[in-house]
Amino acid sequence: MGEFLAATWYTYNTLLYTVLVNGLLALSIYLTLACGQLSLGNAAFMGMGAYTAAILTMKASAPFGLALAAGGALPALVALIIGIPTLRLSGVYLAMATLGFGEVVRVAFLNLSITGGSLGLNGVPAKTELWHLVLVLGVLIYSLVKLRGSRFGRAWEAINEDETAAAVMGIRTTFYKVWAFAAGAFIAGVAGGLNAHFTFFISPREYGFEFAVDILTFAILGGTQTFWGPLVGSTILTVLPELLRFMGPYRLAINGLILLLVVIYLPNGIVSRNTFKKKADRG
Amino acid sequence: MRVLDGVAFQVAAGTICGLIGPNGAGKTTVFNIISGLLPPSNGKVICDGKDITGRPPHAVAAQGIGRTFQNIRIFGEMSLLENVLVGMHRLFSYSPLTLFLDLPRKRREEKLLREKAGEILSLVHLEDKAAWPARNLSYGGQRKLELARALATDPKLLLIDEPAAGMNPAETEELMEEIVQINGRGYTVCVIEHDMKVIMGICGQIAVLNFGKLIAAGSPQEIKSNPLVIEAYLGKEE
Repeated sequence: MGEFLAATWYTYNTLLYTVLVNGLLALSIYLTLACGQLSLGNAAFMGMGAYTAAILTMKASAPFGLALAAGGALPALVALIIGIPTLRLSGVYLAMATLGFGEVVRVAFLNLSITGGSLGLNGVPAKTELWHLVLVLGVLIYSLVKLRGSRFGRAWEAINEDETAAAVMGIRTTFYKVWAFAAGAFIAGVAGGLNAHFTFFISPREYGFEFAVDILTFAILGGTQTFWGPLVGSTILTVLPELLRFMGPYRLAINGLILLLVVIYLPNGIVSRNTFKKKADRG
Repeated sequence: MRVLDGVAFQVAAGTICGLIGPNGAGKTTVFNIISGLLPPSNGKVICDGKDITGRPPHAVAAQGIGRTFQNIRIFGEMSLLENVLVGMHRLFSYSPLTLFLDLPRKRREEKLLREKAGEILSLVHLEDKAAWPARNLSYGGQRKLELARALATDPKLLLIDEPAAGMNPAETEELMEEIVQINGRGYTVCVIEHDMKVIMGICGQIAVLNFGKLIAAGSPQEIKSNPLVIEAYLGKEE
């Protein structure tokens, strides 16, 4: 029995780690979606975090915690720089800015020598352990639970529903939107750092537009009305391709079909606002 | 093109002031300029001696000006109580750190302000529906919720934009009583309305706009018999 567990762990531990990392990434985009904004830059922020943390541990022998913190801080700082001018405006400007930003970052990774150019970085030390991922995710979930019943959670929800009305009620809408965006960038950066230290090899290809769209899909599939939705979405979309492996070449088609069915029949995503409410309170 | 041309009027503290005029006269534009949603090309907005011209909406709210919207803008997916709590946003003071450490201060503030929110809902007779999602309210109910939410900002001046629009006579009566009660508690009110029964019934002073200009200002008696006002609403005698 012990041998079976050990063998199972050996095969699937990376999958579990990836589920947890994708959960963090889905929550990172959820933060901006929850106040009505779309960020397409979270894959780039993840990449910035991954490279920063990996360079620190590989070239500067930095302690892991410090490397991760730096991996989160740099994207957060950049998010402030992009966010403050764009989030002053209402509308899709953040989506446009982060779209462009993602490309700039990808090109930077490809051309800087410190990031190893198109060959990426190989031999990132194996430092990530299960408890790191569980701890970070746990703290994040705790924070989201606390925020939900607080003045801050209500402010974000109000901005999401009607930004003008929220402003007239005294909410500093730009301030709250920038905070959500920067916090999302921080989390994506930390997720990148954690990811790099169990995949051992990182390259610019992993942090491009395709993955940014994947992250968005995690959130939308799962449902963006509560923070549980993105976690459900990211878990399903990470595990499903593995479960369907036996289907061989058809598994991506089945994946796509499942997505299509959810979009048609569950337009609010798998987890909606009412999922946890008793029938009487659903209104 | 001038939407407003040389409009100037004052609202005395503690009164109910009416702002009337035909459709398109610029009444809501005046409110939008006061609440910071629209910067004026010239002119000033002075509240309690302070110049608040061109300040962003949240700063105007911080100065104590609350408002409702002509086309209802309540937060439909949030409960009635939560809508009112959003109105009370600036009255909360606990920090994120207090929140994460779950300190008693946060619990105390939430409890206190939730009770206060319940009282405000009672003022507009909506307290029994406090947990409902706001989109489930009837049209009249949603208008009242707008009023309650604006009141929750604890304003020095409450700007109410066409509160009686779409209401039946019974609802309108109740609304008039509620506004008078609110004024009775010390809130200064400025109401935009088309329903003359409401305006004549509750306002102490009335300002009349037409085509962006101020054509008359005075007591209900004076306004009722003012030929310019009559002409604006009914057209010139041929």
